[in-house]
Amino acid sequence: MMKSHRYCIIAALLSAAGFAQTTALSEGLTPAQRNARAKAQNVPEIRYDSVPNFLKFPANIYMGEGIGVATDSKGRVFVYTRSQRTQLFEFDRNGNFLREIGEGLYGFVFAHAVRVDRHDNIWAVDEGSNMVIKFSPDGRVAMVLGRRPEPIDLTGMLSPPSSIAHPGPYTFDRPTDVAWDAAGNIFVSDGYGNSRVVKYDKNGRFIAEAGSKGSGKGQLNLPHTIAADAQGNVYVGDRSNKRIEVFDNDLTFKAIYDQTGAPWAICISEGPHQYLYSSNSYPDNNNSELSGVTGEIYKMELDGTVLGKFGTAGKQLGQFSTVHEIDCRDANEIMTAEITAWRVQKIRLHPSAKPGGPQ
Amino acid sequence: MKRPIVNGLLSGMLLLAAASLGAQVPEISYDSPRTFLRLPAHIYLGEAAGVAAASNGNIFVYTRTGEVATMGGSRTFTHGGSRLFEFDATGKYLREIGHGVYGFLFAQAVKIDARDNMWIVDRGSNMVIEFNPAGRVLMMLGRKPESVEVGARRATKGAGVPGDNFNQPTDVAWDAAGNIFVADGYGNARIAKFDKHGKFLKSWGSKGTEEGQFEIPHSLAVDAQGNVYVADLGNRRIQVFDNSGAFKRQISGVGAPRAICISGGPHQFLYSSNSNPPDSLDNGEIYKMELDGTVAGKFGRAGKLIKEFGTVNQIACRNPDVLYVAELTNWRVQKITLHPTRAPN
Repeated sequence: MMKSHRYCIIAALLSAAGFAQTTALSEGLTPAQRNARAKAQNVPEIRYDSVPNFLKFPANIYMGEGIGVATDSKGRVFVYTRSQRTQLFEFDRNGNFLREIGEGLYGFVFAHAVRVDRHDNIWAVDEGSNMVIKFSPDGRVAMVLGRRPEPIDLTGMLSPPSSIAHPGPYTFDRPTDVAWDAAGNIFVSDGYGNSRVVKYDKNGRFIAEAGSKGSGKGQLNLPHTIAADAQGNVYVGDRSNKRIEVFDNDLTFKAIYDQTGAPWAICISEGPHQYLYSSNSYPDNNNSELSGVTGEIYKMELDGTVLGKFGTAGKQLGQFSTVHEIDCRDANEIMTAEITAWRVQKIRLHPSAKPGGPQ
Repeated sequence: MKRPIVNGLLSGMLLLAAASLGAQVPEISYDSPRTFLRLPAHIYLGEAAGVAAASNGNIFVYTRTGEVATMGGSRTFTHGGSRLFEFDATGKYLREIGHGVYGFLFAQAVKIDARDNMWIVDRGSNMVIEFNPAGRVLMMLGRKPESVEVGARRATKGAGVPGDNFNQPTDVAWDAAGNIFVADGYGNARIAKFDKHGKFLKSWGSKGTEEGQFEIPHSLAVDAQGNVYVADLGNRRIQVFDNSGAFKRQISGVGAPRAICISGGPHQFLYSSNSNPPDSLDNGEIYKMELDGTVAGKFGRAGKLIKEFGTVNQIACRNPDVLYVAELTNWRVQKITLHPTRAPN
């Protein structure tokens, strides 16, 4: 409660300060700060609080970098982390540890994202093994996309290929995320090495791809996160271009949203009125020059209209240290996984309450 | 023809100088139990890089145990390599902390703050990690590089690069307000200051021999007034700065300080180890000083026997008469009890 009230007061102060404050902020920014800051200004602050000590770990099981977080239909929480090994953990809705999934799995090399589909299957995207792995709800491997490269010899290790020259339909180069439409078609953002989105049918058969490296319409420069809405439109967080690109279900380019900074993590909520969340994350190299102008998460309508934002960069509870994935199954109960704070936060938004009012 | 005479003269003068220096520094008598830390079967210490003591007397050891690499598609990922153990005051093994923690790669130091939180400094992952007394991670500074890029050069080496990230950091310390100081390190040459929430405030220093410059800032301590003592290993001196990094003075004549420590209590002492490099058994003595650098005495020498030292990398001196020393090349921690009032010999 104390925590809630504190955010409440901060939010009220920020809204009251309004336009004058943001204008003052824009003066004296360095070029890097101007570049990293979101174009959208004077965005209303959404009040929120963070549940303290949400995830509870057994002795000698540790969270590493918070890379992926997702919930299933029963509220269970899945966390994909870069610990000494890359590991996938499952917790109950109250944050109690249930189990590890896929311990020692061949495809677990360097975590990048975890998502849960409408049938509660758990999907892990690994940018070290170049694989997308589907687990059934009981934690067994149900399908894999991509292939971990065969072990390379010492010569290859000394001079590793920087990327795969010709991306094939069934091989990725550091893929980043996965999404599905209502029919179960699979969309993979691929990734650091390639600059494309790939569509598969629900059985993993290649259908289409879109995108090439660049900054033109429909091009991509580090597609880092992906989501699909109920109509089957596909939203791609085009991180290095600092924009979200929207494609239709056949991967034809539709629109660009470029008001909310670099989309490290995007998420579309469930229910009849869907919202789009996007995190303009604080850079993962701990660049303190940018901590004042990054770190916030935006809430938008699906058409890109910015409704509000919340959060600042920092290591304290309720602040964000390079959010890498967002879960927003419930539009007012957000899970965030953070790289440079080894944690997952459960964020409760209070968008409709009046500033200063009771929780 | 004259050369041997000159050499002889020089040697004689050096011997005299050494003898007179030795006469000026009293030897402190001390002892060390033959077996102090008792480990369970199948748990081994590697190089003992760090040792620290908590307020209840428990002892924490951060050790190097070898590292593991995994080859990914086009990159090589490192993991493992360091372990953190807790013992009670009698040396009985209690538990391992942080088994499998992402930032444990190449141990450098462990320290306990005023609230008994454990902080480790890892030279391989470039991270400083804070644990609460229950052994859970509270906060981390710096970020482990995602993967090893073979052949990549560290462009920032020794440049005094400011900011939140480290390049082979060596030590951490705090002032009474909880501000955090990090010695950074082998790859950089600066001291970084953060507030208690981990927000970067400032840094000072660069590679060199001038006042405020460093040749490997290897160890760090803060006195009760908030002054910052930096063991400037390569320049064979301890530099003292005020809380904001303004140079105050330097202490020399105690060899190359690899590990320094400031004791607790109303009368604080400064300890500094002139550790032998890993490839020699020269030197190795530890000095006891007043905070102004006045030498009160010294003890020990390099060697492999009990009471001898093998490249002391960290000293814990919460109690000024009971020290714990972590030795790299002897793979052990010794408990050193000083008898400063007893006359030597």
